[in-house]
Amino acid sequence: MDAGRLSWRCHLAGLFGAGALLIVVGLLSLRYGVLRVDVATVWDAVWHYDRNNQSQVVVRELRVPRTIIGILAGAGFAVAGALTQGVTRNPLGSPGILGTNAGAAFAVVTAIYSAGITTPAGYVWFAFAGALGATVLVYLVASAGASGPTPVKLALAGAVISALLGSWTAALLLLDLETLDQARFWLAGSLSGRGTEEVELLLPVVAVALAAALCMGRQVNALSLGEEMATGLGQRTALVRATAGLCVVALAGSAVAMAGPVAFVGLAVPHIVRSVLGPDYRWIILYSALLGPCMLLGADIVGRLIISPAELQVGIVSAAIGAPFLIYLVRGTKLAQL
Amino acid sequence: MTRTASLCTASATGILALAVVGLVVGDFPVPAREALATAIWDRGSEFDFVVNSLRFPRVVVAVLAGICLAVSGALFQTLIDNPLVSPDIIGIDTGAAAMAVAVLALGLDTRLLPYAAFAGAVGTAGLIFVLSWRRGFSGGRLVLVGIGINALLTAVITYMLVRFPIERVSAAARWQAGTLSSSSWGDARTLAIGMALLVPAAFLLIRQLRVMQLGDDTAIALGVGLEPSRLTVIIVGCGLAATVVAVVGPLGFVALLVPHVARALAGAFSGGVLLLTALLGAVMLLSADLVAQRLFAPTVLPAGVVTAAMGGPYLLFVLRRFNRAA
Repeated sequence: MDAGRLSWRCHLAGLFGAGALLIVVGLLSLRYGVLRVDVATVWDAVWHYDRNNQSQVVVRELRVPRTIIGILAGAGFAVAGALTQGVTRNPLGSPGILGTNAGAAFAVVTAIYSAGITTPAGYVWFAFAGALGATVLVYLVASAGASGPTPVKLALAGAVISALLGSWTAALLLLDLETLDQARFWLAGSLSGRGTEEVELLLPVVAVALAAALCMGRQVNALSLGEEMATGLGQRTALVRATAGLCVVALAGSAVAMAGPVAFVGLAVPHIVRSVLGPDYRWIILYSALLGPCMLLGADIVGRLIISPAELQVGIVSAAIGAPFLIYLVRGTKLAQL
Repeated sequence: MTRTASLCTASATGILALAVVGLVVGDFPVPAREALATAIWDRGSEFDFVVNSLRFPRVVVAVLAGICLAVSGALFQTLIDNPLVSPDIIGIDTGAAAMAVAVLALGLDTRLLPYAAFAGAVGTAGLIFVLSWRRGFSGGRLVLVGIGINALLTAVITYMLVRFPIERVSAAARWQAGTLSSSSWGDARTLAIGMALLVPAAFLLIRQLRVMQLGDDTAIALGVGLEPSRLTVIIVGCGLAATVVAVVGPLGFVALLVPHVARALAGAFSGGVLLLTALLGAVMLLSADLVAQRLFAPTVLPAGVVTAAMGGPYLLFVLRRFNRAA
């Protein structure tokens, strides 16, 4: 299939499908959990909220924020991954591999340990700052040298810096049992126990960055052809790179701040989209924004049901799904050429 | 005397000096002369327990583990031709850690711990190798598959840390940081056996490694069987890393950092450089352990935390060197 020239009608159908999938997954996320509720209760909880109905309280107070965070964080991870992969021309570009998660984890544990912050809403800015710092550092380390940031160099720089931050995190956790007890649940990556406060703080950031990312498709397309080609097409490559970088950091940072360190959503979703639609980033970014939430919420629902009545954190589920995917990707011949 | 030889001599002297310091310093003061006498001939000394049961085995374990880790790192970095590769980065330590954390979190007999860790390391290495094999072998693919496996195993560990009660979890977290503080003569013996088997094997592989560095075509033309040689290098490298992680837990960055320092000091890979790498490994781990013991005394840090802290400056060093080359 020559995917680059899909007609508008195909895309309309595709976008409709992706949107419908998102709505279905969102509804499932509102319905399923330890307590199962029917669609009517969900409907009432959202539109005719009755504080005295326990099922409605569960939906309204726990599952609605959880689903919103899943949608925002999923879109954030996936679009950040899509932008990184396009701009760096690197199939492994994604927040988890570039040290974002390790940076956020280190900053959050530091905050718990030294500032005694204990609420997820308090972690937000620390997670954001840590994610930012680590990503920039990884990119600097990987792009040093003549050959620039090749896939292997990026992955290795990310792994090394993650390992470094990870051991510092481990040291802090060892010094204080209470910090370990506090942090271990955040560190697993989870959509539960997060309130609406984080959403209110980060919604503007995510919205602006998502909008900017959606407008950048044409520029990313040019850059994904290579530096010379993009310059030849009249692009100011440095400006595009900087804007894209800003979007990536804002999206990935917000996503980690909301959901904790969740790996692989940012890696897998853009790849799946690209393998179906071809290398047009105008569409890849848009579909990633719709399908990222589906994957994250889907993993979250699996985590809620699989060892019910206990819960498996979404970070664990997504690593269990995503790591085999990464290996499959690496074994493909496409990567070997890059 | 060549440059490499003098560097080796200096490192060996450094090891001896640090070992003596390791015997002398500690919460319980022992005069230097007494410490040496007790360690070498005076069994009846009043310091016998402190020196011979606590400090001496710890020093020996640090030296042996340092040598094994550094040689393992040198093998991987030379094979994959990338200065940022080491067994701990591609998930071998995480494999060991997953098994060890399982033993601790499930509350099983802790005597199982080293065996479980060893099995975890070897199993992970095998899995990485099998999964990265596709019509031949590629170093880049090995690294990326390793990073994927590493993420998967990290998720398994995270699951166990969340799932089990905090008392067991904290024991697991302590083990994961890598510590030499409870080293015994038994640990030293295990390491010595592993080293005696695998380090000579590493030196026997030097010729093949140097030829492989010239590129696949040249290596084939010179009569080196590529896949068997690679497999042997990986088995030896993984074996060394697995032995160390089973005995002392994951100690990050020794395997990553030391071969790099040795290369920067003595040049391209050769037998002399491998020897220097081994000796510098011992120097690094001995000094890291001393710092870990004394920095916040009487609180003892895990040595792994100190070796990781040394990784920061190293990254800056790599960055500067790359920039200069560009």
